[in-house]
Amino acid sequence: MTASAATSEEIEHHTFDVVVIGAGGAGLRAAIEARLQGKRTAIITKSLFGKAHTVMAEGGCAAAMGNVNPNDNWKVHFADTMRGGKFLNNWRMAELHAKEAPDRVWELETYGALFDRTPDGKISQRNFGGHTYPRLAHVGDRTGLELIRTLQQKIVSLQQEDHAATGDYESYIKVFHETTITELFKTDGRISGCFGYFRPTGKFVRFDAPAIVLATGGVGKSYSVTSNSWEYTGDGHALALRAGATLINMEFLQFHPTGMVWPPSVKGILVTESVRGDGGVLRNSEGKRFMFDYIADVFKNLYATTEEEADRWYTDPDNNKRPPELLPRDEVARAINAEVKAGRGSPHGGVYLDVSTRLSPEQILKRLPSMYHQFKELADVDITKEPMEVGPTCHYVMGGIEVDPDTGMSVVPGLFAAGECSGGMHGSNRLGGNSLSDLLVFGRRCGLGAAQYVDGLDARPQVQEADVVTATERALLPFTTAAEGGENPFVVHQELQKTMHELVGIIRKADEMELALKKLEDIAVRARTVSVTGGRAFNPNWHLALDLRNMLLVSMCVAKAALERKESRGGHTRDDYPVMDPEWRKVLLVCSAEGEDNVRLERKEQVPMRPDLLDLFEMDELKKYFTGEELGGHRATAQEGAK
Amino acid sequence: MSYWARFRVWRGDSEKGELVDYPVEVNEGEVVLDVVHRLQQTEAPDLAVRWNCKAGKCGSCSMEINGRPRLACMTRMNTFAEDEVVTITPLRTFPVIRDLVTDVSFNYTKAREVPAFAPPPDLKPGEYRMQQVDVERSQEFRKCIECYLCQNTCHVVRDHEENKQHFAGPRYLMRIAELDMHPLDAADRKRAAQEEHGLGFCNITKCCTEVCPENIKITDNALIPLKERVVDRKYDPLIWLGNKIFKRGDVRAAKQ
Ligand SMILES: Cc1cc2nc3c(=O)[nH]c(=O)nc-3n(C[C@H](O)[C@H](O)[C@H](O)COP(=O)(O)OP(=O)(O)OC[C@H]3O[C@@H](n4cnc5c(N)ncnc54)[C@H](O)[C@@H]3O)c2cc1C
Ligand code: SF4
Ligand code: SF4
Ligand code: FES
Repeated sequence: MTASAATSEEIEHHTFDVVVIGAGGAGLRAAIEARLQGKRTAIITKSLFGKAHTVMAEGGCAAAMGNVNPNDNWKVHFADTMRGGKFLNNWRMAELHAKEAPDRVWELETYGALFDRTPDGKISQRNFGGHTYPRLAHVGDRTGLELIRTLQQKIVSLQQEDHAATGDYESYIKVFHETTITELFKTDGRISGCFGYFRPTGKFVRFDAPAIVLATGGVGKSYSVTSNSWEYTGDGHALALRAGATLINMEFLQFHPTGMVWPPSVKGILVTESVRGDGGVLRNSEGKRFMFDYIADVFKNLYATTEEEADRWYTDPDNNKRPPELLPRDEVARAINAEVKAGRGSPHGGVYLDVSTRLSPEQILKRLPSMYHQFKELADVDITKEPMEVGPTCHYVMGGIEVDPDTGMSVVPGLFAAGECSGGMHGSNRLGGNSLSDLLVFGRRCGLGAAQYVDGLDARPQVQEADVVTATERALLPFTTAAEGGENPFVVHQELQKTMHELVGIIRKADEMELALKKLEDIAVRARTVSVTGGRAFNPNWHLALDLRNMLLVSMCVAKAALERKESRGGHTRDDYPVMDPEWRKVLLVCSAEGEDNVRLERKEQVPMRPDLLDLFEMDELKKYFTGEELGGHRATAQEGAK
Repeated sequence: MSYWARFRVWRGDSEKGELVDYPVEVNEGEVVLDVVHRLQQTEAPDLAVRWNCKAGKCGSCSMEINGRPRLACMTRMNTFAEDEVVTITPLRTFPVIRDLVTDVSFNYTKAREVPAFAPPPDLKPGEYRMQQVDVERSQEFRKCIECYLCQNTCHVVRDHEENKQHFAGPRYLMRIAELDMHPLDAADRKRAAQEEHGLGFCNITKCCTEVCPENIKITDNALIPLKERVVDRKYDPLIWLGNKIFKRGDVRAAKQ
């Protein structure tokens, strides 16, 4: 298609105060807040309203409400989160998260959510890896569904209020579903709008808005074994980069220890951590509960060392230590990987996860109904009678858009980010259940931040018409190359997934990552000339051709940052640098875009943790993570304070 | 252990379409959605289909497989004989957009017509107390993944375009039942269920329940009890008087 054709395209045009890209937990909570602040808000999502990735979350939403164990409070939750992230977390985000999560969960009840209950009628909370106390609000093993449906219904409820007041359901909030954003617009350094296409028709649409909230989720589709859906192509990460924002922590990917391994077509689909939280144990092919052999030094004294003590913990948690099956995810994933490598794996290359020996069939059906269903229907395995076969799967990206913790704004004025596409909150490893609460806490903060930003503007930046033409041309490029006989995008995508899976996977080596970077450059060339067949209406190969560009840029960030970080920490394990190094804890690797398909990496110092937060930990524990210099300084300030 | 299956796929748009035959490879353990994906990767890169979770959790991949409304990601290939032709077509009750993708906006319109949860005015966040036994009834309905298979199947609208305006369909009648059974919902929803959302159309054939992939007992646990509650209420003379006073359609006022 020629430039003249691009200029003659008719483009639907909308104007809003705030545009939220993404309709998962983070996006919906942001939109609710923007609307409550009186802003006209658009919600844009690639799939249908109510189908975003959040719907798949199973285990629960972490919030220190103290309903099950009254010893729980925000300080314990904060400390667990920092420990889980190996102290690389943005401590301010972890603090806000731990403090505000209970309010955000209680608020959901006023929207109509129905969580499972404790005997005294409060919200029940379950155990999860890395959480000291039972902390996850849940509904069986379909918590994400409850969360997204509740937020969706709250949006409908606000639309009903608006209808009553104005006669129009969509006077304040309008949902554009099956709409993909491909470009953000800036004018004089500030956000001015965005551009995309309607999936059903392939027609283009442009939104003029001074504030945009990115809530686009993760990047897992760059890997061949993943629990993530087609939506997880890192669009928000890439859009932000191209708009001049920065990404941090991209080397940290969470490989969830328990994905399905068989049959091949379901490989990677998640087996919720609740299975272990509710008593499931991991065994190798020799029948051994191997996790006792993998308790790292930093976690000694926090976990049971014998099966007897671990078993007692389920009924008497105050006087026993928790089983090592509940170590943070990175630890468990590496252990399973090591067992399989050592030849002690199950027939399909995983290990065994068994909950049938501790829970009765009735209990399993009640607490883990969708896991029962999933294994029965997809693998012919009855989990009330037999163990499951499980292995690691690419699950969550800790890295993401660098934002101000309090307002959620990136370095680009008017561009905000919340949820999985933002970075910092989880450090090098996220604790289970901390994502759903993250979505609510920072979704709300972004909605508020965006509204305040809009209020503070003197004039709205105007979208440049030339930028719209460029965006149109870029989106149509795969049809142009079609005439020139490029490759099938599905083939190039598989190549990318294979590269990332094999060369920048759970265990990483310098030479493999260097090879990966070379391959990525080659794939980038091929991706630019993939060609598509068919028309523009609901055409999956066109969609993928455009998504590929985002996946490539994000993969480049992951590979470059992973090569640079010469230590092992959380979701980043180096075969050639197997230990955690306190010097590296202070360092953030920041990615920014360089041209269309390349990224630049810079080092940045972490902001030192506030002394009152440092004081929440024992000095012995801090010594495992911080340099003597950092702690010496802290002691000095503490002493000064005492004077 | 792979074999070649014979797939017959509906290809087309809102104007025209036809069934197209594709021979396609099938491997052990695969589901219908895997086969659709293989077609996209080989012979039909522009074949339109919706999916997200591939594990029966999002309700995106609804279609009719050999005439039965089903989730493609939960339909195992080993439920068919190897020489059987597998025919896949879009949901019949909703207008086709392209290939296997239909316009399901009917459902979003109906969702918006059901008045939202009405929180008790005097209860602050954090103060909600409910017993597990009391939330369980509504929790069953909240398992709904909005696959719209029940909406697609119910004979009230399946071949009766004219009924669509007056009938919310099993999924949204169940939503009314869910709110009505919510221990703390402050609204009264019975009259509206009957008069505005078309509960009376339902003649409890249970076809909706049969196709629900979440095994929700839509008819027995939601629709029949809702009908009973409506009947109870109709014969209560005081409430009857109340209904007279508020004008029809003013759902919120009637609830107070
Ligand atoms: C199987 C599974 C189970 C999980 N279980 C748990 C759990 O128990 N507890 C927990 O805390 N976390 C869990 N997680 C993690 C958690 O669910 C996710 O991190 C979280 O839901 C992400 O939410 P989000 O709002 O950031 O994005 P999502 O819910 O993923 O939403 C992203 C949205 O952005 C839209 N979007 C993306 N790109 C574009 C674009 N270019 N244009 C327009 N729209 C776009 C998408 O369509 C979608 O609407 C789980 C994850 C998985 C995969
Ligand atoms: S039971 Fe009622 S709602 Fe369900 S299919 Fe039959 S008529 Fe429709
Ligand atoms: S009630 Fe069942 S069939 Fe109907 S939309 Fe919900 S999950 Fe689907
Ligand atoms: S893809 Fe989610 S239900 Fe089938």
